[in-house]
Amino acid sequence: MRRRRRAESTDSQSLPRTESFTFDGAEIPFVPGQSIAAALLAADVRVTRITRGSRPRGLFCGIGACFDCLLVVNGQPNVRSCLQPARAGDAVQTQRGAGDEQRAVRDQYPLGGSDRRTVGAEVVVVGAGPAGLAAAVSAADSGADVVVVDAGHAPGGQYMRQPAGVPPAPAADHDDAAGVAYSRALAHPRVRILSGHQVWACGLDHGRPVLQVTDTPGDADLEIRAGAVVLAPGAYDRVLPFPGWDLPGVITAGAAQALLKSHSVLAGRRLLVAGTGPFLLVVAAALAEAGGNVLAVVEANHPSRWLRRPLVVAGSPSKLLDAARYLRILRRHRVPVLAGHAVTEITADRQDLRSVIEGVDEAWRVRPGGRRIVHADGVCVGFGFTPSVDLAVNLGCGLVLDPLGNVIVTVDDLQRTGVRGVLAAGEITGVGGAIRAAWQGTIAGLAAAVAIGRLSETDCVRAAAPARRHVLREERFAAAMHAVYPVKPGWWDRLSPQTVLCRCEEVTVGRIRNDFRAYGADDLRSVKLLSRIGMGPCQGRMCGSAAAAVLAAESGQPPDLLPVISRPIVTPIPLSTLADPAAPR
Amino acid sequence: MPDTYDVAIVGAGIVGACCAFFSVRRGMSVIVLDRGGLVAGTTGSGEGNILVSDKRPGPDLDLAVLSTRLWRELAAELSDEFGDFELEEKGGLVVAGADGDLAALLELAAGQSAAGVRHVAVDAAGLPDLEPHINRDLAGGVYYPGDLQVQPAGAVAAILAAARTAGARLSLHEPVLGADVDADERVIRVETPHQHIRARQVVNAAGPWAANVPGLAGFTMPVSPRRGYILVTEPVGELVRHKVYTANYVDQVASDDAGMRVATVVEGTPAGTILIGSTRDRVGFNRAIELDALRSLASGAVRLFPVLRDVRVIRAYHGFRPFSPDHLPLIGADPTVPGLFHAHGHEGAGIGLAPATGYLIAELLAGDQPSVGLAPFDPARFFAAEVSHATA
Repeated sequence: MRRRRRAESTDSQSLPRTESFTFDGAEIPFVPGQSIAAALLAADVRVTRITRGSRPRGLFCGIGACFDCLLVVNGQPNVRSCLQPARAGDAVQTQRGAGDEQRAVRDQYPLGGSDRRTVGAEVVVVGAGPAGLAAAVSAADSGADVVVVDAGHAPGGQYMRQPAGVPPAPAADHDDAAGVAYSRALAHPRVRILSGHQVWACGLDHGRPVLQVTDTPGDADLEIRAGAVVLAPGAYDRVLPFPGWDLPGVITAGAAQALLKSHSVLAGRRLLVAGTGPFLLVVAAALAEAGGNVLAVVEANHPSRWLRRPLVVAGSPSKLLDAARYLRILRRHRVPVLAGHAVTEITADRQDLRSVIEGVDEAWRVRPGGRRIVHADGVCVGFGFTPSVDLAVNLGCGLVLDPLGNVIVTVDDLQRTGVRGVLAAGEITGVGGAIRAAWQGTIAGLAAAVAIGRLSETDCVRAAAPARRHVLREERFAAAMHAVYPVKPGWWDRLSPQTVLCRCEEVTVGRIRNDFRAYGADDLRSVKLLSRIGMGPCQGRMCGSAAAAVLAAESGQPPDLLPVISRPIVTPIPLSTLADPAAPR
Repeated sequence: MPDTYDVAIVGAGIVGACCAFFSVRRGMSVIVLDRGGLVAGTTGSGEGNILVSDKRPGPDLDLAVLSTRLWRELAAELSDEFGDFELEEKGGLVVAGADGDLAALLELAAGQSAAGVRHVAVDAAGLPDLEPHINRDLAGGVYYPGDLQVQPAGAVAAILAAARTAGARLSLHEPVLGADVDADERVIRVETPHQHIRARQVVNAAGPWAANVPGLAGFTMPVSPRRGYILVTEPVGELVRHKVYTANYVDQVASDDAGMRVATVVEGTPAGTILIGSTRDRVGFNRAIELDALRSLASGAVRLFPVLRDVRVIRAYHGFRPFSPDHLPLIGADPTVPGLFHAHGHEGAGIGLAPATGYLIAELLAGDQPSVGLAPFDPARFFAAEVSHATA
């Protein structure tokens, strides 16, 4: 794997930053294709909004899931700056509260609704990452016409994230199963990729999947009635709450990666990478290679436990080489890896973020002594990933809680969900990495071809067998990884009552504990109704499993997660698009 | 824990909570059971409306007037000690698109005046003073300053906490498996997975599930679920100041049609979001998302408030109202089971009417003369119909 980097300072091919928009009146230059958030970060602007509770906030998840990087663009509040491409001449403002006083109110509004269209498709794949693209290829190879719906500006997903502002690279620079799927999908005559589009609602109509699709601004209104659907929406960073996790400059590891890969922007000059999981090494290495000063990687677990599972590791030598390579890069850049440590608190100290690093034991309880302070201007946090199961919930797929505490979709050996015509592949079936996702996608595409009558089940089983062996091998490896990088219960006990748990509605840990103790709110629906946790724009994506953990620590009973993962409206949709064009005035 | 409770209340929603609060205050020993957690049912899906504006003059409006007064008293009495439930003097604005509708609105308002409901007629030019972003093509409307709003979950939590402090027991996740009447001992035995409860009197406050409580449904009751959807927008601040709804709302509520009925209701909330209702259909406890219903809600909202075109919907949810065939709640003794009382069937007005219902039920349980005539709400009215139907 060799990625082309467009490090801004060195790349003579990148376009000059001649265009600009204004932010609170000041000129901000940008490279065409850059998101507003990336351009602002490149100009050292970290605060995009001030909440109703007077807290400054900025970019956090980087991929449109958290709704924290909202700002006002040309009088339109609540614009996600991580998704919104910068445009020359835009007037961008820090959003204050709900932005109601900054909203441009028009004298006249157009009538009618959107330009609604209904189309049929043999196979619809949701997500253009490794799983989705592999599914598209194998379904198309079986003769199906395939439409891929993907929220990204270009196909590739998080793993093969493409630079913004340039056409998708014709060949992937990954030589693995995911890279092969990428190259083939882009060239396949029966695969059509709808980038910049999202499913905002879905369901079954007389047993057939129906998807409501819109574009990033929310103007498009496309209904796709599918013969079969492959759900491959991927995952987003899981972040555990701690004091200061909502400060501007604290972002997810995935956001740092996205900023670098898509926008050639470093998340800071002096960076701290913290949390748990092998992804921290990937991100830290990438940041260091791109010229960032990575102060440390803070890993709460003890990855040396790898050695306890030699057979598994031996079964996946390439993974071991990958890890060794990232560690080598970090050594070369003199980046220390602090295992058994955690960032337990961050406070704002003028322009800096002051992080408290403490040693933690096996249960992630703080060990006394060994406390140290690190000043950085960017902290990248990640504790593994949370699969995006919204669409599967809405389609009625079977769900189960995995050992990591994630809700995942249950599938059989052919990636079938139990709902006719609905397949699932990749992280939605349990976090397992890009290569497993690609092989699962290959199987799901074959099963989709069966569902629409393009392939017999016997042929499908035969064709899927080699991919199935790859999947099993990757899953053994993933299981070993999960054992090495768990989230431990000590985290929840030491959270102060003032710690913000729900970022959108600014609900604290103490509020959840009190609603349980005072009122007996022992399930997530009642907690949600009382405290408004999970009722904000992110709909519990950032806080849902954390709220469950805080509640479980109180009640001793792990609550049902359904109330915080049930999202009939998956992504915000403007009322003008939703409104019926034929509605009489 | 007494050997025999004076009252067992089935259902810990807003109606059950109010029944418990007013009963325990009269010195009765009370246990409240709910098969789910806190605010697990209809109360948790409501908008928190406390309306006088949508009631036609008659027993319904009298109940609403009493209930509004009780809501104010509850908020004043409980908020500091048991939690603020955001009782808001929001005011309702009913608008008409055509002159004919406006005339009907004004006629309704005149009738309500007799029951002590204050209103202000608003002409087309006056609407923007109340709602700056409202559609300029409306004919006019009627403003009701006495319409209130409450945060229903917070209210239930606080009222139950107050009842518990006064001695009531709350038992959540406790489904009723069966019940039988011991006529000799004059007690009802209620069986749950965890205990056998003896109570001299039982109140069925199970909302749309009232007819499904094993052993406590009484005579075959006509109450059924009437589904409603609500859209929730991103936080936008104060674009909409009152509860604003269209003149056809009262008619749609009063409709007996099982098919989908839509009447536009738009209101802002203290959280900055805007809630958009309302739909009504009777399809059992069907939880499927109906896209057509959501589209109708959106169409109605942007028609009333064009400014909402630029606003995004972030959530949608549904709930089940307890539908009663004559649109009046069932408050009173069961005609067939001695010691069993009903307190349900309020349809979409349950939050608003709950304190009055609880207050009157407590009077009945104590054997006192109810302070409002309960004849129009007597559950026996349906029993009589059932008997005559069976013998016809």
